[in-house]
Amino acid sequence: MTAPRLLDTRSVVFLTLIAVAAVAVPMANLAAEPGSALHLSSFAVSLFGKYLTYALLALSVDLIWGYCGILSLGHGAFFALGGYAMGMHLMREIGPRGVYAHPVLPDFMVFLNWDALPWYWWGFDMFWFACLMVVLVPGALAFVFGWLAFRSRVTGVYLSIITQALTYALMLAFFRNDMGFGGNNGLTDFKDLLGFSLQSDATRAGLFVASALALAAGFLICRFIVTSRLGQVLVSIRDAEARARFLGYRVESYKLFVFTISAMMAGVAGALYVPQVGIINPGEFSPANSIEIVIWVAVGGRGLLAGAALGAILVNAAKTLLTGWAPEIWLFFLGGVFVLVTIFLPRGVLGGLTAAGDRLGRRRRREYRPRTATSGRTTQPAE
Amino acid sequence: MVRQAANSMLYLDGVSISFDGFRAINGLSLVMAPGEMRAVIGPNGAGKTTMMDIITGKTRPDAGDVLFAGEIDLTRHDEAGIARLGIGRKFQKPTVFETHSVEDNLLLALKGRRGVFDVLRARRTAAESARIDELLDLIGLEPRRRDLGADLGHGQKQWLEIGMLLAQDPKVLLIDEPAAGMTDAETAQTAALLRRIAGEHTIMVVEHDMDFVRALGVKVTVLHEGTVIAEGSIDHVSADPRVVEVYLGR
Repeated sequence: MTAPRLLDTRSVVFLTLIAVAAVAVPMANLAAEPGSALHLSSFAVSLFGKYLTYALLALSVDLIWGYCGILSLGHGAFFALGGYAMGMHLMREIGPRGVYAHPVLPDFMVFLNWDALPWYWWGFDMFWFACLMVVLVPGALAFVFGWLAFRSRVTGVYLSIITQALTYALMLAFFRNDMGFGGNNGLTDFKDLLGFSLQSDATRAGLFVASALALAAGFLICRFIVTSRLGQVLVSIRDAEARARFLGYRVESYKLFVFTISAMMAGVAGALYVPQVGIINPGEFSPANSIEIVIWVAVGGRGLLAGAALGAILVNAAKTLLTGWAPEIWLFFLGGVFVLVTIFLPRGVLGGLTAAGDRLGRRRRREYRPRTATSGRTTQPAE
Repeated sequence: MVRQAANSMLYLDGVSISFDGFRAINGLSLVMAPGEMRAVIGPNGAGKTTMMDIITGKTRPDAGDVLFAGEIDLTRHDEAGIARLGIGRKFQKPTVFETHSVEDNLLLALKGRRGVFDVLRARRTAAESARIDELLDLIGLEPRRRDLGADLGHGQKQWLEIGMLLAQDPKVLLIDEPAAGMTDAETAQTAALLRRIAGEHTIMVVEHDMDFVRALGVKVTVLHEGTVIAEGSIDHVSADPRVVEVYLGR
């Protein structure tokens, strides 16, 4: 009765928009004549594809932050790990076409005078294995990290701080040349994926469609979780953790479950990001990146899933435009937007739009409508 | 003492705990029979809430036995485990899930499987709906079933929380200051609610309000500095010179 449906109006609109983009963007690139008003450059296709992977990343953060109150300031780490797993496969795909033309070793290993592939690079020549690692590596790290943190009942700002430490530690580790991940330069100069050249328009369009499908799948998984009774328990944990515990819910198991799923989604986003931008380096682990993800979610609308995705796309589109026109003001702009949204639109752009739509609809129908969970809390406890 | 434990629902013997050298609970012993309702009173810092923390697994005692149903050692279980054994706890400050409806608050509290994957697949059953209707009647919140927890008044939140405890179908209810912050009418209604559910459950009520304790009309245990100083009817303990001394100061 009160349980929300898997696909409400907002979800249908969101999925429809993704489907339209998945058809229209490749069409505008491949079918429209260059020079015509409808034509979209290959650069734009990859750029939009990148936005979609960011949207998936934002969904993964919204799942844990918006619904379970876990503010991860290190989610960029899981994104980067998924990206590195895909990058390693793309490096192996280069084969003897590298600058040094070594049949097996990637260029940077030849440069460092290594004579054999380190054991943790084994298997990455197989696409299916790399895909498995894209979810397993971030998932396993999140599981171990979450198991330790949630069992010790690390919550709130302390948890946020250790997630920052996690991503920072990984960044320093990946910067080292002897880690075997290309050090400072990371992994780049990719040639092809599954035999398709990464430079070709058709491949770029394919990657865009794959990103759209991944975003839709991630959205459906999140909706399935948050509309289930488990989703209600997650919200309960967010709002009154002790109450949930004393009702018999093992809070740490619930947090661990959703944190691990979220990290896997972030990994998939990273894996789709890398072939579209053509590089992965330790900069992706930087703590500032992870903080930026949280800003996307806050701007779009925390706890609304579609809002998080919208926020990621809006903020990154603004970033693309602004860093083109006036790069020096970008960070001021980002900070300003964050402050303004927090003050004036506490439920983000989508939350604000929904509330405005509700008000309009109510005025038109001139009838009382019971408050719903999306219109936010109005009364405070008496104490 | 062992024989006494065998027939008890809740059995505490020689329980002690110190926080940084401060003995919050000091050799506390207390036995509750199945179906009994007991009021626990005592001045601030007497250790009432700490005692509940120990029974519900939030705090582990340094020494002493804490047994449930005569045999289960509660010091070996965590909060969620103890809740599943059948001990429900109401907090001092009313705590309900504010962004869930009244109905969903009860649904989430209903006794059932609590594993992550069980809950992921759980669908609301007819039996669950029927039980929720019963509980709504009992706590008098039927007209507000679709409202959010956040929209309830202070007293209504207290009742909803008691309803959530009952939804767990617990054997023991620990209720911390149910009358705090309530109007006189609400206090009387709450006392009536507790009397109605007594008998089926073993209930421990911690309270400051003497009129409320009198309205309950049950055996009273007086705590002071982490230990029991008097036990008996309200008239008996109010006549005890030590209790008078503790409450009025020396």
